[in-house]
Amino acid sequence: MLITLIVELEDKPGQLVRVLEPISKFGGNIVGIVHQRGKKTPLKRVPVEISLKIDKRKIERLLKKLKEDGIIIRSCDEEKFLATTSLLLIGHIIHTDLSDTIRKVDSSDAECVELHVSMPRAKEPSTAMLTISARNSEELQETVKKLKEICREKEILVLEPINEDIV
Amino acid sequence: MIKIALVGFGTVGQSFLEILINKRGLVEELVGKVKVVAIADSKSSISGDFKLNYALDYKRGKGKLPEKRSASEIVENDDFDVLVEATHTKLDGGDGLRYIKTALKRGRHVVTSNKGPLVVAFHELIKLAEKNDVRLMYEATVGGAMPVIRIARKYLASCKILGAIGILNGTCNYILSRMEDERMPYTQVLKEAQELGIAEPDPSFDVDGIDAAIKLVILSNTIGIKTRFEDVEIEGITRISPEAFEVASQKGYTIRLIAESKKECIRVAPRLVPLSHPMAIKGTMNAVMFKTDTAGEIFLAGRGAGGYETATAMLSDLMEIYARGN
Repeated sequence: MLITLIVELEDKPGQLVRVLEPISKFGGNIVGIVHQRGKKTPLKRVPVEISLKIDKRKIERLLKKLKEDGIIIRSCDEEKFLATTSLLLIGHIIHTDLSDTIRKVDSSDAECVELHVSMPRAKEPSTAMLTISARNSEELQETVKKLKEICREKEILVLEPINEDIV
Repeated sequence: MIKIALVGFGTVGQSFLEILINKRGLVEELVGKVKVVAIADSKSSISGDFKLNYALDYKRGKGKLPEKRSASEIVENDDFDVLVEATHTKLDGGDGLRYIKTALKRGRHVVTSNKGPLVVAFHELIKLAEKNDVRLMYEATVGGAMPVIRIARKYLASCKILGAIGILNGTCNYILSRMEDERMPYTQVLKEAQELGIAEPDPSFDVDGIDAAIKLVILSNTIGIKTRFEDVEIEGITRISPEAFEVASQKGYTIRLIAESKKECIRVAPRLVPLSHPMAIKGTMNAVMFKTDTAGEIFLAGRGAGGYETATAMLSDLMEIYARGN
């Protein structure tokens, strides 16, 4: 599974390797590392965000080992959302209970993560760009399908992006 | 000598004849001697020995041709090698379907720009042509002068075509790209398009997505995805607002009417297209992108409509049948 680990490291040579070695030992595959130098802690430590793929059963042991080695672990989150898409909605989005529409999407396996609404004139149809995230593309597709059904009932037009990968 | 019977003498039929007159040298160099032995419109005709310019001038002057023999009579009885069928598209196939069937049964090649017959009877007509050992050519039905059908059938013959997306209606693309550029309301841009002759007085055939859906049916069947008109999910462009472009552009998108064919779904709908994507094409242009198993994506763009463009596709079909070295 993909996890995001944020650790706080002292700003001196040889610190990152103290984290990477145990990850490597437990068979983790690093996807990305971001040094957040601009977000130094009051004690001048640098937060480092590490995304890695690792066997779920080994996470506990990895964290235990890091703690034993004196690494400060700020957080360790399972990466929930890997698939994201944006959809354009045209119609009476507000008057057909926008929060109901969003609630119905959120109650599935996905979440609305961003919404931008434009309302030109009262009583005229409005436009919204809705961004939805889900754990994987199958769940995302299911959610899009569900959203389209909800919007069909509410007579809201849904514009999907064309897929870069069309099949 | 190749004997041609031309049925349907509106914009496309006249353009076909005009190009043939102007490019006779080039055409005959490629396919040998060509003779138009009969021309018919819906109520009149001309046949036998006649000058092509005479027929063209007569039609343009009087709105008809000098003789009374019907198109049916000519297709059923006259001696010709290839029927060039350019009658208007009717959703039930119309007279065009009858002409095409008759010609194929008589063992004559057919070149058509008429979408109707191919939508209602694609596989039946293909089989009929095979059975009678003649060719049925329909490049002009999809994407105007763009060689969409030829690319799929001939040049990508060694690939499995997994799907296709396309902009198949120039009127809709004109309206949407004007809305994108000027942020004008749909009705205003439609009016402008009508004044320019880009949109019909009754625009519903285009703006409701019917025309794009018809072409998508032909394209789908060509790439091996069996499709009937009723299978296509259709949504037109009439509900698209200028604000929609505003909101979409903030995320890096524009909006185009996209026809999409893949095994799981056949649909025509306004879609979000990344501004940097080749499908974000403007004006009356058409575009098609094939996705293949071994050749990746193939993208084509060009003029999707117009008399000369359509007639050019028909002439290239004629050359495909007869060109030396084929």
